[in-house]
Amino acid sequence: MKKKNLLTRVIIIAIVTLVGLYLVIGPRHRPHFKDFSWSGIKASLKSNIHLGLDLQGGTHLVMRVKTADYLQRLTEENYRAAQTAAQDAGFQVPGGRADVGQGNYRVVLDLADPSKANEVKDAVQKKVELGDTSAWAFSQSGNQIMWTMTAAAERTLADNATQQALNIIDRRINALGIAEPTLQTHGAQSAHQILLQMPGVQDPERVKEVLRVESRLELVHVIGPPSPAPPTTYATEQEALASLNTGGNLPPNRKILPYKKRARPNPDGTPAPDQPTQYVVVETPGIIRGEELRTATASQSQGGSINDFEISFALNKSGADKFGAWTGAHVNDYMGVNLNDKIESIAYIRSQIFDQGQITGNFSKEEAEDLALTLRSGALPAAIEYIEERTVGPSLGQDSINAGVRASLVGLALVIVFMLFYYRGAGINAVVALILNMILMMAGLIVFGATLTLPGIAGIILTIGMAVDSNVLVFERIREELRSGKTVASAVEQGFNRAFVTIIDTHVTTIVSSLFLFVFGTGPIRGFAVTLVIGLLVNLFSAVYVSKTIFIWLLSRKERVESLSI
Amino acid sequence: MFQILQNVNIDWLRHRRWFIGVSVLLMLVGLGSAVLRQATGRQAFNLGVDFKGGTVVTARFKQRPPDDAIRGALTTTGVGDATVQPVTDRPDTVLIKVPLVEGQDGRTQVRNALNTFGKEAAPNLELSADPNAAYKIVGTDAVGAIAGAQLRNKAIAVTLAALVGILMYIAFRFEWTYGAAAVIAVFHDVLVTLGFFSIFQIEVSLNVIAALLTLVGFSVNDTIVVFDRIRENRKLHRRDPLYKITNDSINQTLSRTTITNGLVFLSVLALVLFGGDVLRAFSLALFIGVIVGTWSSIAVASPIMVWWEQRLEAANRASALSFNQPRVIKATGAGAGTGPTKRTKQIRTS
Repeated sequence: MKKKNLLTRVIIIAIVTLVGLYLVIGPRHRPHFKDFSWSGIKASLKSNIHLGLDLQGGTHLVMRVKTADYLQRLTEENYRAAQTAAQDAGFQVPGGRADVGQGNYRVVLDLADPSKANEVKDAVQKKVELGDTSAWAFSQSGNQIMWTMTAAAERTLADNATQQALNIIDRRINALGIAEPTLQTHGAQSAHQILLQMPGVQDPERVKEVLRVESRLELVHVIGPPSPAPPTTYATEQEALASLNTGGNLPPNRKILPYKKRARPNPDGTPAPDQPTQYVVVETPGIIRGEELRTATASQSQGGSINDFEISFALNKSGADKFGAWTGAHVNDYMGVNLNDKIESIAYIRSQIFDQGQITGNFSKEEAEDLALTLRSGALPAAIEYIEERTVGPSLGQDSINAGVRASLVGLALVIVFMLFYYRGAGINAVVALILNMILMMAGLIVFGATLTLPGIAGIILTIGMAVDSNVLVFERIREELRSGKTVASAVEQGFNRAFVTIIDTHVTTIVSSLFLFVFGTGPIRGFAVTLVIGLLVNLFSAVYVSKTIFIWLLSRKERVESLSI
Repeated sequence: MFQILQNVNIDWLRHRRWFIGVSVLLMLVGLGSAVLRQATGRQAFNLGVDFKGGTVVTARFKQRPPDDAIRGALTTTGVGDATVQPVTDRPDTVLIKVPLVEGQDGRTQVRNALNTFGKEAAPNLELSADPNAAYKIVGTDAVGAIAGAQLRNKAIAVTLAALVGILMYIAFRFEWTYGAAAVIAVFHDVLVTLGFFSIFQIEVSLNVIAALLTLVGFSVNDTIVVFDRIRENRKLHRRDPLYKITNDSINQTLSRTTITNGLVFLSVLALVLFGGDVLRAFSLALFIGVIVGTWSSIAVASPIMVWWEQRLEAANRASALSFNQPRVIKATGAGAGTGPTKRTKQIRTS
């Protein structure tokens, strides 16, 4: 072995070790002497290694956007609009429906005169967005004309709804002031799932509530005689329907919505007994929609008790114009606030209003604040449901870290003791290689910005196992060569060469299967795969290159080496 | 020099029928347990909430009430089939498992029940920091039906994908028979380990899947070390039959197998003993897996590979005898003028 060769090797190893060590325990800012004190190193270590939620503590939420509900509502709205448009254009449309069963989304109109089908189609498509043939396929059978949503449009609309939900949830999380959240779509695109991770959040109750609220707001005209008569309510849905005198059919421009009057809470803050649910008939489409809101804030009701809050809102320009015109023409009529298809409050129009309004209804402070927040952030296109929720308190995460570290250290100690006992001098190679492997693996995790999770610790354990195995393979091979009568130098050379083939094969197999895990796996499995791949790549350096360099150095110290401690 | 297992000369393959028999028996026992349990209306596997859906609440108490009292509190607040499981290495902590009920939040249900023992610590306070609190929920895992099915399918798909990756690489580096034998051996390991989980009804969670993947890694590693030696020995001793070469290779790598697996076994034992309850199921899966994996690379992978190769050889010889006999004689004799049959090609390349 040449001295120069040895020197190059030592320099490379020294540089890699120092860089790796600094990456793990060094600060990211300009280093200072106190950064290398015990507490400084501990602080740097903590900020350098990203711990997963299972170790650090926090909340992991997977939600699913109910896109089918969204497509259904869209179809129903289009049906009502189409019905109205056809009638406004002077055609007789005695029936029809929004057909939303079994994954189909279809707008159906029954015509009195089937020969006018094309005229009706044109009249409807002029006003309603059913004209795009890539989204809605038109067809006629007998006296029925229908628009069926295409599969491509179903996919696009559902994907858009998910994206929109993601944006709105993002706004709500920011408004709640949650630190360092991770928000992304989850799993296959067709699953319409969203993953939200919130480090440090232990009790997600309120966050879940705020995120789930759809906040579809609409100001609607409540049908009935104007004030001073009280607002017209019905005890049951059937009664409300009967009042319309349409033979039990709901006209397309009417909706029946539940109305539960909120009782004023008792002065001591305890909730008042529940009021019975009533029903009201409202006009659809409504006067103003949530998108036309400019802002919404919670404030204490004037003259109300301490526990009585309301939401004041302001409308944008187009909303204010519409609202001003409508309220001007409907003084003394009743208006309702429709939130998520429930009437929250009913009030009569005292005089023309332009861009201001209140939603009253004896809200508590937190209810009113959360509602205002969700109204500001916009309506969710569809309801969401939580399908997976995991919370880990910091103390539980610490338990896991302690258990993992304790077990790893005990395992490592056992390995080190055995290697030193069994391979004597060469055991030192193995120990150096193992420790270097641990340091560089951590450095690798930091460089790639990977997070360390509980399954990641499993990856570390597998890496320790394979690192030891590499050393054992080499050492056993060197012993074999020595037994067969080779000189020490050639036994070392042959031992490494022979074992290297095996090491490459075992490592590449595991790396290949880990890549499969990474591509097809979910969060925790990926953490396992990443740790393993980094650990194995590092091991090729530490168990082969570094260990061989130590042997070269040993052999270079004497002219002729007669024996080797192995 | 201290050396264990030097110059061993064991005829491993002579016992191959026994080996395979024992392995098949192990798999059948596990499979039988799963099938029998399923057929008698019990659960084949003790699936955790990750795969079945449901909620696990980890609650820590200042003074932990007896399990029966917690169970009673749950029953009186309307949660019928909850399981209460103490944590052995944290006496102040219990795991409360609530089955999936549509429209019910498991965490709230458990909280309502635990409130009978006193107040929960404020959300932003540790239990010890809140003088008025009696307990605190320190962790929850709630998985809905959709997510459960999704995680289950994903776990199976991922394990199969990893096996395909292994098969492809070994087929590329060795022969496809070697790859197939290695994958069969690993599949055997997974089945036996799962069978063990079914018999003893140890809970199968996402972490157990990570453990299964780890044992796949160890087992394939073992198998490849032997196969690598076989490949090397086939080049060095061309005259020797595969049977002898395989036996020699297993014997030559036996000291390495013993040392490495012994060490891994010790580390995993440390994990079982010191890893605590959090890692318990994970360490147990690994513990069984290391034993089964060592066994399978000697007793399953090598015999299957040898059997398969011998059959291929026999089939080649048979087809050569029945159809290509004159050509083969010509080919070995003159070495010219023969058609490009498979047999002649093999003779030229080997």
